[in-house]
Amino acid sequence: MSFAELRNYDRELRAFQLRLGVAGLAVLLAFGLLLARFVWLQVLQHDAYRAKAEENRIAIVPLPPSRGLVLDRNGEVLARNYLAYTLEIFPAQVRDLEATIAELSAFVDIQPRDRARFRKLLQETRNAESLPIRTRLSDEEVARVAANRWRFTGVDIKARLFRQYPYGETASHVIGYIGRITSSDLDQLEEMEVAANYRGTDYIGKAGIEASYQQELHGVTGVERLEIDAAGRGIRTLSSTPAQSGNNIGLTLDIRLQEVAERAFGERRGALVAIEPATGGVLAFVSKPGYDPNLFVDGIDPQSWEALMSSPDRPLNNRAIAGLYPPGSTFKPFMALAALELGKRTPQSTISDPGYFVFGDRRFRDSKRGGHGTVDLHKSIVVSSDVYYYMLANDMGIDAIASFMKRFGFGARTGIDLDGEAAGVLPSPEWKRARFSRPELQKWYAGETISVGIGQGYNAYTPMQLAQALATLANNGAMFRPRLVSHVDNPRTGGRRYREPQLARQLQLKFEHVDFVKQAMAGVNLEGTAARAFAGAQYTSGGKTGTAQVVGMKPGEKYEEDKVAERLRDHSLYIAFAPLEGPKIALAVLVENGGFGARAAAPIARTVLDYFLLGKLPREPRRPTPEVAVSSDAESD
Amino acid sequence: MEIAGYPVRRLRARIAAGIDLPLLAIALALSVLGLAVLYSASYGNVARVANQLTNLAVALAAMWAVAQVSPQRLARLALPAYAVGLALLVAVALGGDVVSGARRWLNLGIVRFQPSEVMKIAAPMMLAWYFHRREGAIRLRDFAAAGLLLAMPVALILRQPDLGTATLVAAAGFYVIFFAGIGWKVLASLGVLALASAVPLWGLLHEYQRRRILTLLDPSQDPLGAGYHTIQSTIAVGSGGLAGKGWLNGSQTHLEFIPERHTDFIFAVYSEEFGLLGNSVLLVLYALLVARGLAIAAQAATLFARLLAGAITLVFFTYAFVNMGMVSGILPVVGVPLPFISYGGTALATLFLGIGILMGIHRHRKLVQT
Repeated sequence: MSFAELRNYDRELRAFQLRLGVAGLAVLLAFGLLLARFVWLQVLQHDAYRAKAEENRIAIVPLPPSRGLVLDRNGEVLARNYLAYTLEIFPAQVRDLEATIAELSAFVDIQPRDRARFRKLLQETRNAESLPIRTRLSDEEVARVAANRWRFTGVDIKARLFRQYPYGETASHVIGYIGRITSSDLDQLEEMEVAANYRGTDYIGKAGIEASYQQELHGVTGVERLEIDAAGRGIRTLSSTPAQSGNNIGLTLDIRLQEVAERAFGERRGALVAIEPATGGVLAFVSKPGYDPNLFVDGIDPQSWEALMSSPDRPLNNRAIAGLYPPGSTFKPFMALAALELGKRTPQSTISDPGYFVFGDRRFRDSKRGGHGTVDLHKSIVVSSDVYYYMLANDMGIDAIASFMKRFGFGARTGIDLDGEAAGVLPSPEWKRARFSRPELQKWYAGETISVGIGQGYNAYTPMQLAQALATLANNGAMFRPRLVSHVDNPRTGGRRYREPQLARQLQLKFEHVDFVKQAMAGVNLEGTAARAFAGAQYTSGGKTGTAQVVGMKPGEKYEEDKVAERLRDHSLYIAFAPLEGPKIALAVLVENGGFGARAAAPIARTVLDYFLLGKLPREPRRPTPEVAVSSDAESD
Repeated sequence: MEIAGYPVRRLRARIAAGIDLPLLAIALALSVLGLAVLYSASYGNVARVANQLTNLAVALAAMWAVAQVSPQRLARLALPAYAVGLALLVAVALGGDVVSGARRWLNLGIVRFQPSEVMKIAAPMMLAWYFHRREGAIRLRDFAAAGLLLAMPVALILRQPDLGTATLVAAAGFYVIFFAGIGWKVLASLGVLALASAVPLWGLLHEYQRRRILTLLDPSQDPLGAGYHTIQSTIAVGSGGLAGKGWLNGSQTHLEFIPERHTDFIFAVYSEEFGLLGNSVLLVLYALLVARGLAIAAQAATLFARLLAGAITLVFFTYAFVNMGMVSGILPVVGVPLPFISYGGTALATLFLGIGILMGIHRHRKLVQT
């Protein structure tokens, strides 16, 4: 450093230190200001504030709003509120909780599960004013506790609104349920800057519409200024702003149709999604098994929770939007459309189906031994020829398949107004590279393309995606975002806000191509794999059966249903739309481990369509088609 | 004595290396005070206090680790930390738009928290590094460039919206610019300009942010939200009097009149129970912290270290001033915790990280190590 530079440096350093001094002064000044404020509050105004604190007998009591209702498309109530008395404990005011609960049990019936639930609530909630030890007290119990009220501190009877789901398990995966606000819920509310509006509210939507429309359903909390005595009990109301109840949610769902669909499943596991193609409105949404949402409303007891969590049927799993399944042969109509659109096939061109397709040293078998003979595009859908699609997939290549299917929404969330939707997997070389880290697993093999062509392999979609893709096809390429809510009603003003149908995208498809595929799907129901299930139907329809493998089988290995354990049996799939002209409904049905699509899934679809289009209720009880020897065409998936 | 063949004296020296005792003593005194207040605020909930104790242990470990890093190495991290933080903020801003359900919005919300927290340290580091590179030739346009570097993250955080964090990041950056020697006249004209632009800026604020500022003028407007907070916390402070109502004896606190009493409003609990005397002790502790920090800045070896140390120190002051000001009703309610006292692991870790940086700067105060 030269002398001049050194001097320069020195000057800058001194300038910096001057600024440090200025900053220090500013800090002192600011702290002085605070100190002055403290002196003002704590010395000069102390008497006034002490009086205020002592007279802080004006409790600001939040008046929680009553939660909005959930109704189906015909105004049928699916979630409502009723008033009941609860016995509540204020943990902060009670010294020995166990002793207090023991004393209380002399006046009201307190079961071990009530205690267990109370302990669970105590752990989960923070800053809770009071927690219920017993809910839904009888009038007699209310009277008994009231008479002995003086014995206890920190115990009170409260009248509270309870949520009730009159349809129980039906549509449980749509409606969802509410539960106590937990610490993490509270953090989220604080993040969203709405925590103030939840003061006094104990419950919040946890799943389904109850969760995804929580803000609409909740309403606006009111305020009551209450004069209280030294023990915190209210003496008189000084002023109050009433609460504004939450908005009512009107669904596109038809609960009668939903009931018919769920009954058609019986005890079987699976999912069904029925969509109105012209709007994207969901008409029925089944995920079986369901659960009773009423269990959750006053805090689920640990036993029931354990039962739900440990069941191998996983009843809390929303299969319709979070379950991923290969589409099996229900993929073929979309493959056929791709072949026409991309000019890979014409309706006239035929192949010869010997019952297998040889690729390299691998043999891909057809589900029908001996094959279907000469097969054109129409027949390939009607009889569900695997060999036709093995060849087609091989000719098209994986990139063309993936980019065509992507337009139909395969492998992407549909954006339905429920939480927890899965994206699924639309297989492609890019996907494989991203999915696997080991180089030998990252390579895409041509043989994998062939499996993808018949809807097997890595293909994994939600029933919701399948229904949306079919609805798009039925609608000639206009894809609407699926939705469960059609309108939101404000009960105070009577105003109604409609959620307009939302066109997600318009696919450019040639009309004659779409029509060709629809006619072939009509053939499936008239003379093809679903002909038995649709015998005597009084409306036109198009469909496609499918069977999705659960266990990976080696090519050439013959599949024998009765030798495979029930849980490893193939999934049964079926997609359908009706009527053929101007479709009013498009649906996808999946029966887990149901075997062939024609046998388990198609009859459920028939029942649903009969009810939806004709108002016809199924004969009770409708059993699945008995497993007798059937013609090979019908049995071929 | 030896442990595993390692002389204990050298081990002790290794652990104590880079630890600045005055800084550590002040920060620990504040933290211990915080634990005591937390115990009262949570009505004797030992679990919560234990939780905060764990947070403290983690934060101390982070402090020790950072104290070992020389400012030269820290300077090399400035640009990457800033770039990554900014990229994350942009990603959040883009991703946060098309979400319908509340929960999905929040999933993003959890992610959003991190980049803005990073910026509390990354932004002043970046600015200090920038000025350091221009040392000896800092012109007016450099201050403009620094202002731009600062405005980007602040605008993004403000949009999220998070007024509290945006304030702290903006303050941190402003302090660097101030210490880098922005002209007094420029500063004064900027101040006038800021006042003049308050009106159009009002339009940019979110509805709830405006409400908070209006609430300061008339707390009764919002009796369930921020207004209620201010009314009740002011009563708590005022009723504390000269010596306070005594530990665990605050009626405002224990009758549940103080909202968020563990976190942003914990000062109301402290002030009610320890009174003006307690408040003075707290002010003295914070003043000592600032004094030590400024002293470290004065002795720092490089421009980068000087600027960073000065800015971090004044950020500590800002935390304390804004929080106590808001609880005692002279500043609007923004989400700023009371440093070292409020409950919460992330805030504590960031604070001790700052302390660690100061210690590192002090340890390497001589350009040539002897």
